[in-house]
Amino acid sequence: MTDLGEGTIYTETVVYSPPEAYVNDVPYQLAIVELGGGRRVTGRVEGERVQIGDRVRFAEFRNQVPFFRKQS
Amino acid sequence: MRPVAVAGIGKTAFGAFPDRDLRSLAVEAGQKALENGHASASQVEAFYLGNFAGPSFVGQNHLAPYIATAMGITGVPATRFEAACASSGSAFFHAASAVAAGLYDIVLVAGVEKMTSQPTPKVTEILASAGDLSGEVRAGATFPALFAMIARRHMYQYGTTREQMAAVAVKNHQNGAKNPLAHMRKVITMEQALAGKMIAEPLTVYDCSLISDGAAAVLIMPLERAAEFTDKPVRVLGMAQASDNVALDEKDDITTLRAVKISAAKAYQMAGVQAADIQFAEVHDCFTIAEIIAIEDLGFVPKGQGGPYSLAGGTCINGELPVNASGGLKAKGHPVGATGVGQICDVVEQIRGQAGERQVKRNTLGLTQNLGGSGATCVVTILGAA
Repeated sequence: MTDLGEGTIYTETVVYSPPEAYVNDVPYQLAIVELGGGRRVTGRVEGERVQIGDRVRFAEFRNQVPFFRKQS
Repeated sequence: MRPVAVAGIGKTAFGAFPDRDLRSLAVEAGQKALENGHASASQVEAFYLGNFAGPSFVGQNHLAPYIATAMGITGVPATRFEAACASSGSAFFHAASAVAAGLYDIVLVAGVEKMTSQPTPKVTEILASAGDLSGEVRAGATFPALFAMIARRHMYQYGTTREQMAAVAVKNHQNGAKNPLAHMRKVITMEQALAGKMIAEPLTVYDCSLISDGAAAVLIMPLERAAEFTDKPVRVLGMAQASDNVALDEKDDITTLRAVKISAAKAYQMAGVQAADIQFAEVHDCFTIAEIIAIEDLGFVPKGQGGPYSLAGGTCINGELPVNASGGLKAKGHPVGATGVGQICDVVEQIRGQAGERQVKRNTLGLTQNLGGSGATCVVTILGAA
């Protein structure tokens, strides 16, 4: 699958009350990431927590969901 | 177009009712609306039903004739409308459009949801199906998560605070405590609201509306015939429905809901009024941040001022602009398919002067705002003394 490259956190949350499919994942950070050209995508953030404005790097797709990590 | 009036209203209590099924709730509300409007089932020329997810929550499909016939309404069109949490607002909009156009005279509109028979993670999943399953929902978005991301962005852009959001919860609980049909009749403090269990940061359980069972119904007809049925008709002055992208990440600015602005502008134009003329409102506070954004997008306060205005008490029953005197979705409860028609019942009660302890002083021009999903549908209705 495509490498989504780098992006900026447009908004984020940490989910504690999950849907049935993700009861084993909580708490998890969910974010809308702004990629190049203003395109936005909703994905997960792994590792260090991020906030609005932070830069992130695409890590991988899992079950078609994009995962990102904070850029150090 | 003919002027339309609401001639009868009926509501069940909202709450968790393990012994009640979906149909019995809808029938109770429908029969109360007929009785309140002094009409019989045999006079009803069409039945419009708002229901979000009966097929998922209780497994039953083909709900409109299933409910209509149980009330003795037979042979006439009976149709279900689905627009997520705006389902019954949408059913009302289409029913009133048909009456205005002259297609029918006597029409019953009901909304119903039966949610509490499923465990919370299952309810969360069913509600999330009103989002985009191919993107945000697959990534793990729940409705609290979507509105949490809206809240974070609103806090970032406008300086909105958790205290301002909590003030909405405290106020709506105060109002709900005065509503005999409310799900949660319990006053809460600011400290409790802020210390609530975290659902999706920054939203605690007190920022979220309730999972409820319940139904509501209204009897509508052309204004010219209302006097045959009631001495307290309430006129539908303006109404509009608008739509927007389902996925939150496809909206340009998530702190402003485009469908709210469009439907409000059209409803104001139809009614020949401006936002400043509205005396009180029932808005869609599925989350506290949603009430703050609603009062901004409806034009009651400037953009970014919804939080400070709420904290200052402007929206209390005795404030400048009472919002959700019923307790709102937060305390009255949110059986999603019943919410839109429930809001209309609450505004009609206020205009009739029948709201008891919740009665607002200036009560001749009220508005309802019923939102679906994270803003992909919005229905605004403006009601006034006939």
